[in-house]
Amino acid sequence: MVKRILVGAHYGLKDWVAQRITAVLMVIYTLLWLAIAVIHGGIDQALWQALFANAAFRVATLLFGLALLWHAWIGMRDIWMDYVGSTALRLSLEVLTIVVLVGYAAWLAAILWAPR
Amino acid sequence: MPAVERPVIRPRPVYLNLVRIRLPLPGMVSILHRISGAALFLIGIPLLLLGLQWSLAADGSFASLRTALAQPLVKLVVFGLIWAYLHHFCAGIRFLLLDVHRGIELQPARRSSVVVLAVSLALTVLIGVRLW
Repeated sequence: MVKRILVGAHYGLKDWVAQRITAVLMVIYTLLWLAIAVIHGGIDQALWQALFANAAFRVATLLFGLALLWHAWIGMRDIWMDYVGSTALRLSLEVLTIVVLVGYAAWLAAILWAPR
Repeated sequence: MPAVERPVIRPRPVYLNLVRIRLPLPGMVSILHRISGAALFLIGIPLLLLGLQWSLAADGSFASLRTALAQPLVKLVVFGLIWAYLHHFCAGIRFLLLDVHRGIELQPARRSSVVVLAVSLALTVLIGVRLW
């Protein structure tokens, strides 16, 4: 398991930093979409499909998905920690969250690299 | 000898009644950040993935995605999710600025929370009008 120092208020720092770095990455990806939409004056079906045919764009999208996965994990874990008192229920919800998030990531990769 | 002032003993911990509590605006932004985040996780991500799958499928699902998005109920959900994304986005940027100690005094913090609420709502309406 994670090696933790159970004194002081530092062991949440890594997650706190990760949540913010992943947030910045997602902002950059969002601004990329905005820039594409502004440059092309909107996004139609042809542009949409051309974008996702581009390998670099697919990688960027997958990176966005992984940042989202990590970010959402920290956020949802915080919510479960704040509102769910029962350890058994909280642990179950946390495991469920991880399973769902990893499933989402696999689904995204499958969509992006599906044969077309 | 003056009487020793005894501290008033209040029961601890204090449990706040979430229904009756009146949140200040920065508190509203904060709880909406949490609610929008949870909504994006529970509803936003799966719908986005489903939409992406349909939009890229070879069998012309793009048209059926269009049809689905034209349903009023679907539109309403998408509208809500667009707001959730924009609010989470704007409030998140505000929190990042607060993290680096920008605008942490009371007045600027109140102002920026109004800006977050207003900008995310305005952008939602703007995008909603364009999509409608």
